[in-house]
Amino acid sequence: MARNTISTLLTQRQLIDAYFMEQRTRVLDIAAFLDRLDRAAAADAEDDFRYVAFRQTLRELLSDEPGRVERVQMILSDRTTEPLPELDRKAAYGASIRNPVGNNGQETH
Amino acid sequence: MNYVDIHAHMISRSTDDYDRMALAGCVAVTEPAFWAGYDRRSADVFADYFDHLTDFEPKRAAQYGIDHYTWLCLNPKEGENRELARQVLEIIPEFLDRPNVLGIGEIGLNRVTRNELATFKDHVDLAVANDQLIHIHTPHLEDKYKGTKVIVDTLAADSRVTPSRVMVDHAEEHTVGMILDNGFWTGLTLYPVTKTSPGRAVDMIERYGTERICVASACDWGPSDPLAVPRFIMEMRRRGHADDLIRTVVYDNPIAFLGQSPKFRQPRGSAATAALV
Repeated sequence: MARNTISTLLTQRQLIDAYFMEQRTRVLDIAAFLDRLDRAAAADAEDDFRYVAFRQTLRELLSDEPGRVERVQMILSDRTTEPLPELDRKAAYGASIRNPVGNNGQETH
Repeated sequence: MNYVDIHAHMISRSTDDYDRMALAGCVAVTEPAFWAGYDRRSADVFADYFDHLTDFEPKRAAQYGIDHYTWLCLNPKEGENRELARQVLEIIPEFLDRPNVLGIGEIGLNRVTRNELATFKDHVDLAVANDQLIHIHTPHLEDKYKGTKVIVDTLAADSRVTPSRVMVDHAEEHTVGMILDNGFWTGLTLYPVTKTSPGRAVDMIERYGTERICVASACDWGPSDPLAVPRFIMEMRRRGHADDLIRTVVYDNPIAFLGQSPKFRQPRGSAATAALV
């Protein structure tokens, strides 16, 4: 289906002038979070599915290809297709416990 | 700028929020039935809830010049309970003729279980049988992609459903394309953490255009902002977009979708003019 997209009106310079400071604080928060995990009282979550997915998303940020946000979303998504046989819990975790480690969001066949 | 918030759970917001929303330009809200934060134990509780949504809440909104509409259902978080769903589905028709009821919603999926899907389909049957608009909740976080795909595939395979009469809400970057490509309306939910920021919503508008896209606060009892739509308006202006384009998203589009219900009235010209209590 054809889409009537709308131009991004600002130049790169204008976007950086307007948004650099708030992105700077976000990247510093992520860096501090990773350092905090290193200093944690116990290194007991290296294989936690959320931490594994989080590290995968950070690698995606360094990609030169457009579509980073969709790829990050998919890394953080349940990529199975069948409905669950019954309710396991009410709330979502933010990353899928069911995705195989190493699957970076591309469908496996 | 006047705007319509197509998704606001005002039952869990204070009257001060109506005041601030009116001052910021809100002229109408629609309130889907949702989860109370706990599972309700009987259909009688839902009857009281539907009565609140169709009587008390529109009166409270009217004090601030805001038109209040609602959608009725048993929400996806309780959809696993098939017996409760059956009981609630039986009482919903008693309320469909009330003047501020626009349709069935917010139905959909939560954890994407077989029972949730069966309850979702039952609600679709009810909407089709009563010629109602449909408002759909798509799941949270890691469940969004899978749940949205199941919902879109289910509705696309149902010849009784007219996609232009369905709002598939809470879209994000990885789901907005599949919703629009199948002819449905969609909503971008402006949340501080778990859904979409105003900046990302503007990105999606730039990439997908304004056709069949709305934005909403979905303000409720969790972390959320009843003034999220005005913040989206500010972000659109910050990105250099013209007021005519912004108005399409926050005012014209909601009215185009909601106006498919004969009960929806054109909003009055300006908000914040009613006498306050």
